[in-house]
Amino acid sequence: MTPPFDAGLPNPVRPAFERGVRDDAVIVNIGPSHPATHGTIQVIAMLDGEKVQRVDVHCGYLHRGFEKECEDHTWHNLIPYVDRLNYCSGLINDFAYCEAVETLMGVEITPRCRYLRTLLSEYSRIADHLTCIAASLMELGAMTAFLYMVMIRDYIYEHLADLTGARVTYSYGRIGGLARDLPEGWLARLAEILDKYEVFVGRIHGLMDRNRIFIDRTRNVGVISTADAIDRGFTGPILRSTGAPRDLRKDAPYLAYGELDFDVPVGINGDNYDRYYVRMREMDESVYMIRQLMEMLPAGSLNVDDRHCTLPPKELVYTEIESLINHFKLIMDGPVVPAGEVYTAHEAPNGELGFYLVSTGGGMPYKVHVRSPSFVHMGGVNRMLEGYQLADIIPTFGSVNMIGGECDR
Amino acid sequence: MVAPTAERIEREAAAAGGATAISLGTTVITLSSDSVLALVRRLKAELEFDLLVDVTAVDWPQRTPRFDVVYHFYSTKHFGRVRLKTLVGETSPVVDSLNSLYGSAGFMERECHDMYGIVFRGNADLRPILLYEGFVGHPLRKDYPKLAEQPLVPYRTTERL
Repeated sequence: MTPPFDAGLPNPVRPAFERGVRDDAVIVNIGPSHPATHGTIQVIAMLDGEKVQRVDVHCGYLHRGFEKECEDHTWHNLIPYVDRLNYCSGLINDFAYCEAVETLMGVEITPRCRYLRTLLSEYSRIADHLTCIAASLMELGAMTAFLYMVMIRDYIYEHLADLTGARVTYSYGRIGGLARDLPEGWLARLAEILDKYEVFVGRIHGLMDRNRIFIDRTRNVGVISTADAIDRGFTGPILRSTGAPRDLRKDAPYLAYGELDFDVPVGINGDNYDRYYVRMREMDESVYMIRQLMEMLPAGSLNVDDRHCTLPPKELVYTEIESLINHFKLIMDGPVVPAGEVYTAHEAPNGELGFYLVSTGGGMPYKVHVRSPSFVHMGGVNRMLEGYQLADIIPTFGSVNMIGGECDR
Repeated sequence: MVAPTAERIEREAAAAGGATAISLGTTVITLSSDSVLALVRRLKAELEFDLLVDVTAVDWPQRTPRFDVVYHFYSTKHFGRVRLKTLVGETSPVVDSLNSLYGSAGFMERECHDMYGIVFRGNADLRPILLYEGFVGHPLRKDYPKLAEQPLVPYRTTERL
């Protein structure tokens, strides 16, 4: 059977350009299913020989109606769903979302929860940066570096699975607290993993930093200036690689970052090498922060004692009617969030992750909007691809670390 | 550099005919859609809000005008934030594009156009970005049913690709 074909219908993707400025310019299509664009994204490039003249980036292949779906569930029910935005660091999404809801509700989390969220955010940042660097090094042929880094990442995933019950999609945040406290021996294992991290990341430095092949592929490739980066809305490691020390953890401290000692590493050139190095240094700073937080972590309760958001203890649910009704109302109707709107931004591994929530006073959100760094970066990535070689698309794209889950929502 | 006070922002907004309020610690400016571009130009030049963080909309079907178009700005100089809201109606949901001031506006306005059908005057590239050519409707509008199905896109021959 011949498939139906209607020549009058528009192409689902309409490139921004049909023909080159020169007759011999070639238009090539990379993705959306391409092994080197780790993420479902389409790059339509106009080439002059091997040189990229213009680039049109299309995303949306992982669009699943996240924001529409959110309007149909209670505030608590969204937590597993926000995990799947940036799936390399699900905990940071959880905490940013929970903090936005807590701000609307006027809930202040307990000190233990605040320090633990900070610690886990930094731990997730290490896992995310490891993923990004490992994948982009592998695409340049550095298989050993990939295996070393993914090995450490796997220790982290297994370790987080001990705490949360899942390797990647944790669903660990709760409005007003966290799902459960640390299991016994968790911090001791954390210290071991951090020591292992230092050994193996030290080897990566030895393998890559002064590696001729690596430098040739990354130095002065994908360069972007600070002014261009700010104009394009870039945040996170890409903005810092241009030399601007802009980091929400320092500039607008949230959670416990105001009490921690850490540096904001910056690059010089804004090229792929700087982005690699900024991420490497940021992981070291995260390790330094985690070690401080392990000392600072106070005892005490994990969840706020507020029946508007926290579930009552199970033994009370089974023995007294008030707690039973409380549990029922929180699950069926959702926590009542006062009418209002809030924008909360956290420094996610890729840049500013913002949640804009609108509540009309019910148990479900009226609107949830995610300001995802990857989407904004895809809007400006053509600046970093145009003028370089076709083969440079791969390392540049790897250094941007586009995550389809949060880009396409 | 010190962040501009709420009064300073209020003065700028009032000069453009906008109202200012503080919502959970954030300054929120509400103004009519034809003054947006002029005020944002002032915010960027005078108050150093150099990063356009986010563009989105909120649909209130029972209200006229129906949509809020919501902008968030941040300053990499003084770390202040400001939220700008403008109300546009259902029959002509048009607001001036900010892409002459911020390069990041292009993609974010495309998304907002996809999801709510807001037209950004001056943005020449409002092709679908998260959706695809031929998608019918604007999914984040409240009157778009969650379970709505879209017409199938027929197969195309390869020479049209």
